[in-house]
Amino acid sequence: MTMRATGAGTGTPEERPVIAVTLIRLAEGDSVLVAARDLEPGPHRTSGGDTVVTREPVALGHKVAARDLAPRERVVRAGMAIGSATRLIRAGEWVHTHNLASDYITTFAHRGGER
Amino acid sequence: MTGRRPGRTVLGYPRSDGRVGIRDVVAVVYLVECARLVAEAIAVGRDDVHVIGFGGCYPSAYARLMLERLCTHPNVGAVALVSLGCEGFDRERLADVVAASGRPVTTLVIQQTGGTRATVAAGRAWVDGVRAGSAAARTEPIELTDLVVGTICGGSDGTSGITANPVVGRVFDRLVAAGGTAVFEETGELIGCEHHMAERAVTPQLGAEIVARVEKAAAYYTAMGHGSFAPGNAEGGLTTLEEKSLGAYTKSGGGPIHGVVTPGQLVPSPGLYLLDVVPEGTPRWGFPNINDNAEIAELIACGSHVVLFTTGRGSVVGSAISPVVKICANPETYRRMSEDMDVDAGRILEGRDGVDDVADEVLELLHEVAGGRPTASEGLGHREFVLTYKSSEPAGPACLPLAR
Repeated sequence: MTMRATGAGTGTPEERPVIAVTLIRLAEGDSVLVAARDLEPGPHRTSGGDTVVTREPVALGHKVAARDLAPRERVVRAGMAIGSATRLIRAGEWVHTHNLASDYITTFAHRGGER
Repeated sequence: MTGRRPGRTVLGYPRSDGRVGIRDVVAVVYLVECARLVAEAIAVGRDDVHVIGFGGCYPSAYARLMLERLCTHPNVGAVALVSLGCEGFDRERLADVVAASGRPVTTLVIQQTGGTRATVAAGRAWVDGVRAGSAAARTEPIELTDLVVGTICGGSDGTSGITANPVVGRVFDRLVAAGGTAVFEETGELIGCEHHMAERAVTPQLGAEIVARVEKAAAYYTAMGHGSFAPGNAEGGLTTLEEKSLGAYTKSGGGPIHGVVTPGQLVPSPGLYLLDVVPEGTPRWGFPNINDNAEIAELIACGSHVVLFTTGRGSVVGSAISPVVKICANPETYRRMSEDMDVDAGRILEGRDGVDDVADEVLELLHEVAGGRPTASEGLGHREFVLTYKSSEPAGPACLPLAR
């Protein structure tokens, strides 16, 4: 997995700054991305080369919507469904127990799984 | 195999059944909770004397099978059974099974030996005698492909499925392709992956078995009230059981799945096996495994010489009998707890190395551990062991299409 991407901008490829990838897209077509470190709200580079603007702080290992997700839409990580959206999720929102539910069995967590 | 020289061997301990151990442990086995303190006092202060046992007073076919497998595990060289005297465990049968394997065995019955102090003294003297006698020696050359390597994930978070688990998957792919044997677990933590797994099965019948066994697990956990999912998993970014499953599943690599075994069923031939830990029939006895340690014991009872344990949140456990290699998925956890970890797989997340680089490191480390190098948890004295009431039935022929 390439974790650093050459940033866009002017100049030769060698002169362009290396921008750390902070959101990992595990498979093409995934609707969520995974934070590679604790993220503040704002624009973040994905491993797919595009930029997603996060709307709230997201902790390392947590997920961000890659695009708007409709209520009851299957959410896909690494090419596999990990549950369904329980409400509209906007691109850049933190995706967790408050807006995503298992299609199999209820999740047991303290305080909604906040860190 | 990539990452190591061909034919590279270490020396292990030959056993009468043809298997070769990478440790030579004296197992001190309590046969009811009432005998546990005596067992621990016999073992205390000795790195190579491990306590295992069963706390229940009433007979359990599962516990009997587990202790038979563990007491005749290739990493075990001698066995001391510690009985209170009135419990239900069939100590004669277990002693016979161990004796038939050619291992030194003794049975210490506390009520016949004169109580706590006398039994501890008798047990320690017996262990001293075993160690002073014809000591087992590392004389048998083995390669990594001669080992059974198990894997478990514990304290998983959102990084586990990206770093440490794919590393184990790569290690398994290489080991199995080279003729080795690997075991991954467990049906209850693979809910959502069953159809993908079925496509990897070497026969359609095995694929159907895998799907049915995961469906059984989903029904069992639903009856328990919640899945194999701890609050720490959610705090680490995992939202649903199927998301945790997806991450756990990557430990199995991408190669063919050769069979399914159940706890205490020895892996029959080289290949990649799924350990189904969920009992058959109506849910009873409670959760299939109450924690990671119960599952590690089952991996070892299926023959695992060594267990690769991936963790994101930071588990510290090891195990009695077989060494546990700790592969840390989360770079922040590694920095906080590096003394408890053997491998820093979180560096993949920070772009410092790739999955193949870390897999190379794990294979090299496995080689050294097989040769006697202590793992982090061994060095810290972790020898956790859990065995509770449960049932287990051997998987049938459809689950083991390659069994000879």
